[in-house]
Amino acid sequence: MTTIDRFEIKRLQVIDESGNADPSVLPSLPDSMYKKFFETIVLARAFNSRALSLQREGRIGTYPSILGQEASQIGSALAFDAADWFVSSFRESGVFVAMGYPMPLLLRYWMGDERGMQCPEGLHIYPMAVPVSSQIPHATGIGMAMTYRGDKKAVAAYFGDGASSRGDFHEGLNIAGVFKAPVVFLCQNNQWAISVPRSRQTAANTIAQRAYSYGMEGIQVDGNDVVAVYKAASEAAARAKAGGGPTLIECHTYRLDDHTTSDDASRYRDKNEVADWQKREPLIRLRLFMEKKGLWTQTYEDGVTNKALEQVDKAVAEAEALAPPLTADIIRYTNKELSPRQLKELKEHGG
Amino acid sequence: MPWTKTYGNKTEFEKAGGAAAGLRGLTYKEALHEATAQMLEADKDVFVMGEGVDDAGGVFGSTKGLHLRFGRERVMDTPLAENALTGIAIGAALTGMRPIFVHMRVDFVPLTMDQLINHAAKWHYMFGGAVSVPMTIRSIIGRGWGSAGQHSQSLQSLFTHAPGVKVVMPANPYDAKGLLRSAVYDGNPVIFIEHRWLYDHVGHVPEKPYTVPIGKGIIRRQGSDVTIIALSLMVFEAMQAAEALAAEGIDAEVIDLRALKPLDTPLILESVRKTGRLVVADTGWQTCGIGAEIIANITEEAFGALKAAPVRINLPECPTPASPALEKLYYPGKDEIIAAARKTLKARHDATQFSPRIARQGHRGIEKRGDRP
Repeated sequence: MTTIDRFEIKRLQVIDESGNADPSVLPSLPDSMYKKFFETIVLARAFNSRALSLQREGRIGTYPSILGQEASQIGSALAFDAADWFVSSFRESGVFVAMGYPMPLLLRYWMGDERGMQCPEGLHIYPMAVPVSSQIPHATGIGMAMTYRGDKKAVAAYFGDGASSRGDFHEGLNIAGVFKAPVVFLCQNNQWAISVPRSRQTAANTIAQRAYSYGMEGIQVDGNDVVAVYKAASEAAARAKAGGGPTLIECHTYRLDDHTTSDDASRYRDKNEVADWQKREPLIRLRLFMEKKGLWTQTYEDGVTNKALEQVDKAVAEAEALAPPLTADIIRYTNKELSPRQLKELKEHGG
Repeated sequence: MPWTKTYGNKTEFEKAGGAAAGLRGLTYKEALHEATAQMLEADKDVFVMGEGVDDAGGVFGSTKGLHLRFGRERVMDTPLAENALTGIAIGAALTGMRPIFVHMRVDFVPLTMDQLINHAAKWHYMFGGAVSVPMTIRSIIGRGWGSAGQHSQSLQSLFTHAPGVKVVMPANPYDAKGLLRSAVYDGNPVIFIEHRWLYDHVGHVPEKPYTVPIGKGIIRRQGSDVTIIALSLMVFEAMQAAEALAAEGIDAEVIDLRALKPLDTPLILESVRKTGRLVVADTGWQTCGIGAEIIANITEEAFGALKAAPVRINLPECPTPASPALEKLYYPGKDEIIAAARKTLKARHDATQFSPRIARQGHRGIEKRGDRP
């Protein structure tokens, strides 16, 4: 017997929980980039926190919190250009905020308004996929189209650990591997698929190692370390754009809140586990790291927080001021052009 | 004239004077091939994908050799993963591409229902009109050769149910070419269902690209006594039935539906208002089939126009048998259409007799043949 192939899975951490950087992997980034990480995380967190309050007040619908996952989302999103393509699941508010998706639109979406997903020109952030993993093949298809057109863009495809058990994950990654599609598959492994723990998703040690069965690069990163996520995603995006094919990045993180506002995670999760991860949340170590570099002071953070809250306040006001859709909109967007039956029904609805 | 008729093969087309009349006889598969080649030639956004699109057979000839002309990155053989490939087509369509995804059998399309119905059909709506999915799903109804239960289904009604997609079923070479072009350039996902038994049928097909509007049926034969609405292969059967009926003094009008969605209700209503009698000949099963939809529309909009109970021609409510002996009993054709038309013209009290579904389908019902208790 001979060994014909072997693989090893690497885990990347750049900044540890005490805010110390590993110089062997620390990328050379300008100070402004660390500030950008910090400010975007604060903004996304302000948005998230406000969305949760709005839900409790009955002003938006069911909402999935991103608390604890900001580094995974923002570190990865900022590794791409605005002209790249983003395909997301439903728990990606951080990605939308990082890429400058208009916050009032994002709020409209969660208020239950189709117009909230009218992606503005110049951005390619595509509809949040609520059905789990169905967005993965879309990313592969977009990537294949980019290759075909000679358009040097990459696709960031977001999904969770639960999605990795579905057929769409297998089929989408397999075909991306075959066609060397320029896609970065970003698994947000937050340890819980609603109440199903990571240990029940797969018997494999990591989700990252699946990459090898599809002929692509795979890596696990500390998903609460924004610099590690940024570094891995930047390298993957550059490889994709250079024709090197797809990458699977497993961001090892934790969902600190409930699955959604309709869930109560205390029924199935151990308090101590949550408390343990709370200590590892992404902002703590970034703050410590930046303080050591002389980039953080309490005054700086207060300023950033106040600015974020102001921006969120403004977005909420703008979103709530938007008139509800017209009655006729109930049918209007079904097809590019409407059938005789739809036109009849449109008329009945006052269109 | 050969212009409006379809022939079983090229010899028949020639015999009818097709070429002499300056008409261009093409088979259904050649028409599909020509439409695809012309779009690939003129438009870099168009591409073809599916298992076997570049093999020697080229999906029964309909994509044969296209990969040699346009390259494998535009005529792409793919791993077998129907659902993800549909998702990939959606992704490509989002970037402005116009994918043609080919399934050798319509039986494989149910594997894609998540991407098709939960995504492609809804995206334009769910994203407030900002996103659309101009994608064409080609698939073929099989028949014969022991294709049996999993390779010869006629599943158009499954797709017709959901808002957001269009469903077309071309019945002749002219429409095959024109509807394929319309499907590819439609802003919505279009399910394009072909019939394997039409592949060698011949009809006039102009060389220049043209479109056939999606959602418009067409009267293939004018008549005044009974309306026969048919689709796909059943149009061919209905035309033969109409000729036979004419010999016994029954003047049948034949409508080729061409699209199940959008349904050309105005055309149907106009015809039934004229004839008062209706036969719907579908290639699929009866329950919740297009016949039910058509008859319900007529009942709602033109109840008073009906002079007799409508009759539906469908498959018996069972899978396709593998046995050739049983398969012969399974498929309705012109004889069943003739019997149905006659039935609508009989005394009205006939229509009040109710019987089990298969028996109601007339003399071809399996039970009636005594093969089953």
